[in-house]
Amino acid sequence: MSTATTRAGRRGRRTAAPYAFLAPAVILFVLFVLVPIGYAAYLSLRKVRVSGLGLGRGARTEVFAGLENYRAAVTDSELWSGGLRVLGYGALLVPIMLGLALLFALLLDRPRARLGRFARTSIFLPYAVPAIIASLLWGFLYLPATSPLNYLLARFGLPEPDLLGGGAVFFAVVNIALWGGVGFNMIVLYTALRAIPAELYESARLDGCSEVQIAFRIKIPLLAPALVMTTVFSMIATLQVFVEPMALRPLTNSISSTWTPLMKVYRDAFATDDRYAAAATSVLIAAVTLVLSFGFLRLVQNRAFGQER
Amino acid sequence: MSRSLGAKVLALVVGASLVAACTSNSDDEPEEPTGPVELTFWSWAPNMEKLVDRWNADNPGTKVTLSKQAGGADIVTKLLTAAKAGNPPDLAQVEYQSLPTLVSNDVLADIAEQAKPLKDRFAEGTWQQVTLGTEAVYALPQDAAPMMLYYRTDLFQQFGLTVPKTWEEFAQTARTLRGKSRKHHLTTFSAADPGWFAGLAQQAGANWWGIDGESWRVSVDDAATRKVADYWGGLVTEGVVDGKPMYTPEWNKALNDGSLLAWPSAVWAPGVLTGNAPDTKGRWAMAPLPQWSAGENRTGNWGGSSTGVTAASKHRTAAVKFASWLNTDATATAMLVRECAVYPAARDAQAGPGLAQPPDFFANQADFYPMVKQIAETAAGVTWGPNVNVTYQAYQDEFAKAITARTPFSGAIEAMQSATVADMKKNGFTIAG
Repeated sequence: MSTATTRAGRRGRRTAAPYAFLAPAVILFVLFVLVPIGYAAYLSLRKVRVSGLGLGRGARTEVFAGLENYRAAVTDSELWSGGLRVLGYGALLVPIMLGLALLFALLLDRPRARLGRFARTSIFLPYAVPAIIASLLWGFLYLPATSPLNYLLARFGLPEPDLLGGGAVFFAVVNIALWGGVGFNMIVLYTALRAIPAELYESARLDGCSEVQIAFRIKIPLLAPALVMTTVFSMIATLQVFVEPMALRPLTNSISSTWTPLMKVYRDAFATDDRYAAAATSVLIAAVTLVLSFGFLRLVQNRAFGQER
Repeated sequence: MSRSLGAKVLALVVGASLVAACTSNSDDEPEEPTGPVELTFWSWAPNMEKLVDRWNADNPGTKVTLSKQAGGADIVTKLLTAAKAGNPPDLAQVEYQSLPTLVSNDVLADIAEQAKPLKDRFAEGTWQQVTLGTEAVYALPQDAAPMMLYYRTDLFQQFGLTVPKTWEEFAQTARTLRGKSRKHHLTTFSAADPGWFAGLAQQAGANWWGIDGESWRVSVDDAATRKVADYWGGLVTEGVVDGKPMYTPEWNKALNDGSLLAWPSAVWAPGVLTGNAPDTKGRWAMAPLPQWSAGENRTGNWGGSSTGVTAASKHRTAAVKFASWLNTDATATAMLVRECAVYPAARDAQAGPGLAQPPDFFANQADFYPMVKQIAETAAGVTWGPNVNVTYQAYQDEFAKAITARTPFSGAIEAMQSATVADMKKNGFTIAG
């Protein structure tokens, strides 16, 4: 009898323990992720109502707006062109970034690769530079008057490009993201490569496989899960591009305050005092991000993770 | 990165609104307790602590605590948030064009009762900026920023240019210079600085907002503004005036190496030039802004700030007392000039001993400040509206677009007008016409 109660008591304690361990994380998650998301969703359904001149006491009240903010957001052509711009940006950036990351990872994984540690560190290093600092530094390199490139071109009497001009600025932003992003993805892929058992390469070599063939037939297919993961991360980062164009904006006439969707959110919230519109656009961006990342995962799931089932 | 920033901001907002829910919603005027008073004051002016120390030494009954803030739009966002959270400071430094936004959000108190008698201490155009053209007084003017023309005397001489007295002459000067050198521009038109353009438009007679009884009048797209916009648009399209933004490393370099010969700017320009174009010391001179018709004497304001008292302050009387000391007392204004390097709004202070000498950077122009005082009296009055931020944002986007796409500047003015009106209508402001 007494053993039974002790056992029950112990079981009770056992079931409580995981929750106790989880509690700090869950509480923080609820407080700093779920509640703010909920509050943003709530704000997106509200708006300000001013009466008359709006100068007296209590002339400004917050009222329920229904889906008005969402309607305004989806009918805003600036948001659409910003969204399309970001899609184009992603379509250009993600393949180049992951392609370079993969190439560097494969090169470093070659047997007898020279200066491996040095190369790895130097490719990774730009990732350690905060995006805002990187963007400012690149800004100096782009501005015709301060750019060493333009200085050299001018000395040789060659035409000087304006890298922050209308068409070029898009590629200027891609370049900054590329410079900062390759290293991180390279490290992820390289780590995944190191986890592949060496016996596979050995037997491949015994069968007369060249290093290039090993890369294409063995390494890349086995890297698929890591490639999928880096792609999803890069896509999410792409949709949220903000820091680079924001830092370049004061330097040029070619970047508007709604150049990317997230910049529009920032403008609404902090420049034009419309937190409600900002909240609605944020919710829309989150929804699009979810749809795109899960859509991509579904699309590649069978190919990438098929053998694991 | 941006995601975590967003989360932090939201967390702040959540916290703020929770606090607001507990504390606000009382329509009563705050009570004035008696006894020793403690005031908090937000300001971004350098060395403001020295003035506060001076006040505290002389007024043991009212202790002011200074909190240094970032200037411009940042302090407005922070004030709005703090007021929502129920704990704004008692006093805050506010740029003139931000006053209506803060008043409309019930952040600032109407201090007319105590402040009205100080009206005559300031130029009419300056005073209008703190009353919004109503019977109320929402702040006390601290510094004025009348606009004038700064130009490189050495380069003007080298290229045989004379100082333009009218905008027509200014355009001609820009053309002459381009004819003589492809490396130089007379000046640049900046799509990044709406306050600069607003000042130029005021000079031409623009008044973008007005109050008619119980409704707002919005006239960003008026004849005067169009005239100014088309004038500059013509010069930029012609290529005789540069179209690059100000306050970039490129602009600093152009000022420093002489690629830009002139800068229509405000009274605080010597400070900017000292920092951004240090190699050009002593080579600049200041003249009145070119006029729209010969013989006129008008200018606009670019910037300038005031001291406001918050509606939530429990010590309104004491706060106004400090604000009037800060901005009208002879000792205080002399310190404002000397320590904070601002051009005081109070008339007496503009002729004060602190301004007897020209700024270091303009050592060759002995009558710098007497000239400024004359120019300051000719500054056009202006009423700011409740959503200057929206108008300014539209300015940046639309003018940048017009410069890159080479479309007429008056199109940008139209877009500014409709963005301003649309925002006010959306929020429910009553608009005339």
